[in-house]
Amino acid sequence: MLLVLAATALVALALLSDLIIPRLDEGWHRLRARRQRLDGPEHSFAWPRRRHREPPLVYDPGRERRAEQRARALLRSCVNEEEWAMYRDLGFIRVWGGQANGPGEEGDTGGAPYAYLVYPHKPILAYLAQTHRLLGEYCVEFLDETRPYGSARLPDSDDVLAKWMALTGDERRLIAMANMHLPGRQLDPAQVTRDLWRLKQWERARMRETPARIG
Amino acid sequence: MKPGHGEVLIAEGDVTLAEDEQRLVEEFRRQLDAGLWAAVPLVAEGGRRQSMMVRSFSEIPQDADRVIFFPRAAGGR
Repeated sequence: MLLVLAATALVALALLSDLIIPRLDEGWHRLRARRQRLDGPEHSFAWPRRRHREPPLVYDPGRERRAEQRARALLRSCVNEEEWAMYRDLGFIRVWGGQANGPGEEGDTGGAPYAYLVYPHKPILAYLAQTHRLLGEYCVEFLDETRPYGSARLPDSDDVLAKWMALTGDERRLIAMANMHLPGRQLDPAQVTRDLWRLKQWERARMRETPARIG
Repeated sequence: MKPGHGEVLIAEGDVTLAEDEQRLVEEFRRQLDAGLWAAVPLVAEGGRRQSMMVRSFSEIPQDADRVIFFPRAAGGR
């Protein structure tokens, strides 16, 4: 009986070691740092010093949430009311294309109006406004390699704003820098089709509401 | 714009004051030298919102109330 219990305990310990060991290690380093702060360097522990390690940048959900709130406020202050409401309600922004023959050098839309769907941290998707034919995915990133908090990625709303500013400010330059792929590489065409349908429904609902809002 | 932080105020001042303008020009150059892009949000005719990418301080419209710096674009995967 004792042997069985001991074996079970060993197995449980082995399974939990992945969780326990990092916590013990972290607690140990925290204790050492605290003792060093309290005692000063001259009273530090007697055993051989290990190489000083920079404290790891811990993912802080509160910090990320505050960053996203600031980013949303900035985005809201830059785009118009309709674009902001679109992002708030649908999770993406539509930006109208401004080039005569469509996006990219090879794109020839025959002068038909086209637009982009701008999602956070996803490729920019170009499509024909009337037929909803998908033209291409433009993969572009705005990475801050200084990684001030460990990650190079902007908050979601900042990423959308960066794409919006680059598209409305210099569409040709942004599209030329992006890696162009056929639709479906990263964004599921079925999902995009649903998003375009949702956008249409959303616009209809807003149009119905407009007289009420004015009145 | 900064990862993990969002909007950060870098510098502010009145461009009609020479001292402020000099400081803003230096900060503008510092940000561009660090590899960032600069854009000015604008309200076009009819209330349409758009932005203007600027590459030098002199390109910033006189009535602009802010310039936003963000990491330059690179082709993604």
